[in-house]
Amino acid sequence: MTSAWPAPSVVAVSVLQVLGVVVGGPLLVGLMRKVRCRLEGRVGPPVHQPLLDLRKLARRERTRPDRASWIFSVVPVVLVATTLVIALVAPLLSTDPAFGWSADLFALIYLMLIGSVVLALGALDTGTAFGGMGASRAMTIGALSEPALLVAVLALSIPAHSSNVPTIVARSLAHPAWLATPQRLLSLVAFLIVIVAESGRLPVDNPSTHLELTMIHEAMILEYAGADLALIKLGESMRLIVLLALFADLFVPWGIATAPGVGHVVVGVVAIGAKVAALGVALAAFEVAVAKLRLFRVPELLAGAFVLAVLAVISALVVP
Amino acid sequence: MQEAAGRNRGSLQLRHVDAGSCNGCELEITSMSSPVYDVERFGIRLEASPRHVDGLLVTGPVTRNMADPLRRTFEAVPQPRVVVAVGDCALDCGVFAGAYGVQGSVCDVMPVDLAIPGCPPHPATIISALRGLAGT
Ligand code: SF4
Repeated sequence: MTSAWPAPSVVAVSVLQVLGVVVGGPLLVGLMRKVRCRLEGRVGPPVHQPLLDLRKLARRERTRPDRASWIFSVVPVVLVATTLVIALVAPLLSTDPAFGWSADLFALIYLMLIGSVVLALGALDTGTAFGGMGASRAMTIGALSEPALLVAVLALSIPAHSSNVPTIVARSLAHPAWLATPQRLLSLVAFLIVIVAESGRLPVDNPSTHLELTMIHEAMILEYAGADLALIKLGESMRLIVLLALFADLFVPWGIATAPGVGHVVVGVVAIGAKVAALGVALAAFEVAVAKLRLFRVPELLAGAFVLAVLAVISALVVP
Repeated sequence: MQEAAGRNRGSLQLRHVDAGSCNGCELEITSMSSPVYDVERFGIRLEASPRHVDGLLVTGPVTRNMADPLRRTFEAVPQPRVVVAVGDCALDCGVFAGAYGVQGSVCDVMPVDLAIPGCPPHPATIISALRGLAGT
């Protein structure tokens, strides 16, 4: 533990962050589905439906394609494990989490990318046509969104003189004027586009499609069953909530616990819950309003995000 | 049925297979997810991959060309699995009984756990039968 907080607070914050991500992820997905259904004029499944699905899947048979190797079986575990590490070290509830020194923005982004890469490897490992197609599409999009994300992050770390997320969050809280600078706003938009692309949502990918030919993310997990599928679904929802929580921390940090104490932590939990829920509702409402982009138009969207990120860096250097 | 309901407890995913139907049953299945019937509120969804589901939703008589794909889809579903036969054709070949391209009804090819009669069955009939499986 390298946190300056007393040990009990650090342990409590770590447990809350990890539990919040594990339980909150599926609930966030359920909430977004509910919003979507309501906007379409339907009642929709209950918000905790993803948890019911996970409980059922966890007890079903796991199947493995004939030609798949051990890679196929480790993918779900790696996906969940990398996200759990992010949930533990990132400053989701407090500006001084356990192992906060390791919560470097670049490290977190590459931890996230490990998840994407192993998913693609698992899809290739199945040896099916759709697995390979999904993997190649996902990697194409990943290769374009990764530079945009990295450059957007660079713009955030320039004024804070650090790429450590807790430091960036703490310094932005100390200088609220930073949050309205051009570089912040530009990288905010770039960040949002990348979140949509990385979490496989409209207009880049349609998570509820049934047509294999239009699938990107879904095509990669077609062969998983039972507990493996449950882990993958859990991992995906955890990635979504972690991305949204990081976004909330970097761009609207108010409410995060800056000092130890029950009161601060409770405010932190409520604040991050409200921010993530609001972002999820906004994302779901946006999804109802847009159509999926043609695959060949996606690079244009991501190139736009990259340009915004570059502009953010330039303005961070020019307008300190 | 009881056993499946206890197993699923509010979450049921099915893969729809058209084994040779006239598409009348498909229209009713599609309208199950319209705002009027909204089957998703009971935790019942149709999914794309047989690996992700608890069973099959089969419509139509089993034609010679579809018998093998249907059997292979059935084998791709992880255990324990259920088969729901929708429509008179799936139960006893209906109006297509004796036609040259028809191999038989669904129960000639695989064990059927739940049969929903009707030509085509009403969406509300299908939903109430499926709710029994889902335990909702
Ligand atoms: S049961 Fe009736 S509606 Fe359904 S496939 Fe047969 S003929 Fe068509």
